[in-house]
Amino acid sequence: MDDILARMVAVVQAAASERRALCIRSGGTKAFYGNTPRGTVFDPRAWSGVENHEPSELVITVRAGTPLREVEAALAAKHQMLAFEPPHFGDEATIGGCIAAGLAGPRRSSAGFTYGGVREAVLGARLLDGRGRLLRFGGTVIKNVAGYDVSRVLAGSLGVLGVIIDLSLKVLPSPEKEATLLFEMSETEALQRLNNWAGRPVPLSASCWRSNQLWVRLSGSGAAVENAARTLGGEKMEHSHADACWHSLREQVDGWFATAPPLWRVSLPSTADPMSLAGEQCIEWGGALRWLRTDLPMAVVRARAQALGGHATLFRGGDRQGVFTPLTAPIAAIHRRLKDEFDPARIFNPGRMYEDL
Amino acid sequence: MLDHAGDTARGLREFLPAHCVLSEPEDTRPFECDGLTLIRQIPKVVVLPETLVQLHGVLRFCSTHAIPIVPRGAGTGLAGSALPHPSGVLLSMAKFNRIIRVDPQARTATVEPGVRNLSVSEAAAPHGLYYAPDPSSQIACTIGGNVAENSGGVHCLKYGLTLQNVLEVRGLTAAGEELVFGSHALDAPGLDLLALAIGSEGMLAVTTEVTLRLVPVPEVARCIMASFADVEHAGDAVEALIAAGIIPAGLEMLDQAASRMVEPFAKAGYDLDAAAVLLCESDGSPEEVDAEILRMVAVLKSAHATRIQVSGSEAERLRFWAGRKNAFPAAGRAAPAYYCTDGTIPRKHIGRMLKSIQAMEVKYGLGCPNVFHAGDGNLHPLILFDDSDPDSVARAEAFGADILEESLRLGGTVTGEHGIGVEKLNQMCSQFDRQTLDAFLGVKRAFDPEGLLNPGKVVPSLHRCAEYGRMRVSAGAVPFPELPRF
Repeated sequence: MDDILARMVAVVQAAASERRALCIRSGGTKAFYGNTPRGTVFDPRAWSGVENHEPSELVITVRAGTPLREVEAALAAKHQMLAFEPPHFGDEATIGGCIAAGLAGPRRSSAGFTYGGVREAVLGARLLDGRGRLLRFGGTVIKNVAGYDVSRVLAGSLGVLGVIIDLSLKVLPSPEKEATLLFEMSETEALQRLNNWAGRPVPLSASCWRSNQLWVRLSGSGAAVENAARTLGGEKMEHSHADACWHSLREQVDGWFATAPPLWRVSLPSTADPMSLAGEQCIEWGGALRWLRTDLPMAVVRARAQALGGHATLFRGGDRQGVFTPLTAPIAAIHRRLKDEFDPARIFNPGRMYEDL
Repeated sequence: MLDHAGDTARGLREFLPAHCVLSEPEDTRPFECDGLTLIRQIPKVVVLPETLVQLHGVLRFCSTHAIPIVPRGAGTGLAGSALPHPSGVLLSMAKFNRIIRVDPQARTATVEPGVRNLSVSEAAAPHGLYYAPDPSSQIACTIGGNVAENSGGVHCLKYGLTLQNVLEVRGLTAAGEELVFGSHALDAPGLDLLALAIGSEGMLAVTTEVTLRLVPVPEVARCIMASFADVEHAGDAVEALIAAGIIPAGLEMLDQAASRMVEPFAKAGYDLDAAAVLLCESDGSPEEVDAEILRMVAVLKSAHATRIQVSGSEAERLRFWAGRKNAFPAAGRAAPAYYCTDGTIPRKHIGRMLKSIQAMEVKYGLGCPNVFHAGDGNLHPLILFDDSDPDSVARAEAFGADILEESLRLGGTVTGEHGIGVEKLNQMCSQFDRQTLDAFLGVKRAFDPEGLLNPGKVVPSLHRCAEYGRMRVSAGAVPFPELPRF
């Protein structure tokens, strides 16, 4: 075994025997996310580098400590991309942290041929679990149903099952052309329009509504984009300005996200009614992702999200305990038993997702 | 534990109507296998509940008496995932066949597990929508089965497998507790258990309701039929298309044996002199498709295609596909029986793999036409054999196993879309190390602590792997058994 990995395994085994908590942390760009981290920092960044990228296989295999920008640069050099357009939330973001956080950016839409979320991109992974086992799940091919799909569960797992060591990710060609269109309209009208468009063969690849403005991005072949732009109407945004807007939306660095009150991430069916809660809203993913800046109590936001068929996460700010929607009893029991299987001494990221994990 | 089939059936009849419990061999024999007909087991009892209340009753009864439960959809699966358990109850979900709701605005269909795959697209058609995964068995196979196997089809490269097209699965634990995986939103709180539930071959929960994502029907589709003088040229063409940044809506290959097998029935107009025929489809708006077809043709030409035809009409496009779609029935006519496996390999090795299979045809003395999802690298070798001749059966099984081991050597997987079931238990020992197999057993325990749901499938025992290892080492088939295989 490689020395770096052997050292990581030894640290995990020691922590497990002492039942000492480890807080998995690379660049710390997503340290704000989830419940308050606990435990000694475990930094897997020594295990870094792109192991293999074969553009014609649409797969990249990387060590989890590789900086996200390095992965994206390797792909961009071959006109490819991570289809889920991940937020970095800082220059130090790693691909392992990106997958463990499970957060997708604007391109995660719900229309037609989708780019999909983080889960859809994961083809295989190596995991160092709480028993000190190095486990390989999935593989490097896009169709693979051998065994349970554990590698995909690692997307958004917040490290509670173990440390991601390697990842094989499905990648896609970068679109030949993109265009961004701007419209003035109310929330209700925007939700209506976005869902109508998604039911038609329109190459939507991102949408954002706030302050009575809707901007949508089209991606695809030149013909498809021009055609759709003509059909949809609206005002065409200048290219570099549009790119900057999508980037600052993804990274949550524009003025809207900069303000103080707690920020909620509300995940709803795209057709759900307007939330009609006090506060400011920014709607992405064709209506399926609604950012809400509000001082309302947790119970009020949660109840409304649930009534609309979704769930609400306290994304930034506020009291960093219980930030995720509680699970039903049978689902929570499965979570605890999975934790017992992969991390019986409960060393990895205790409490980060739920108090009893 | 109830010892006799009669006791079990009597117990189940207390809360199921008599016609929903089958225990006489003439009634239960039709359930002795699924699409993998090589392995059979007559079930002790078959239940076909009609309501959720009855289903709860079945689960409660089986849990109380520790009776294994094997869920089954239409029984079209090819890996034996629905093979009955010798002391278990076979649970047919066929009567849960209602489409509960099609919501055109949300682009979703919520269905019971016994609904047939194709009927979802039929119900969605008036709204200009369809359900993208289209396994060859789509006129018969059920959504519950598709969820169990993470089924694919010919459009996976562009539109994904079942996993990418399911929003929510509702199910029951063996103890009858209600589970919801995923949601009608794009994610759900906690670990993404939906990814585990899909493709779990009925081992983690009994599916009771599924919400599917529907996608808009493309305005047009056109198909290119390209001939190649050498299978390696055809394999390279597949690689070249993807490398050019093209994601075809479908990209299928037939080798010469397959074209010659299907042509008399399908009259698809295949080039019977070609070593391989590629079907390459583009879909989208008319302008988009015209532009993409031009790019595809250019790539195929430079990849040494010897003949290229582009469908000029919908009728012609369907004719091109007719051969591909009829490959399985045609194989059924070409030999007393056929055995189809489904290893997946990196696309760049397609040509090499087809040459290996040609060598194996000689080694095992059996023919093996190939029709497959080239764009995904997902092979479907059709090994033709005589099921009345035990020696022919044994050679067919060994041939299939050899192809799967070769798939692993080339960096692939033993199953792209059919599942492990009982068929590929041995090859799981080659694909995964023992620790990972143990971790799979841990996942199983987390969902099903009593081990009652479809036990014995997918994850081989330590003993089985030891036996398989001995067999293969003595046959000299594993040159570097210590090498990890991703």
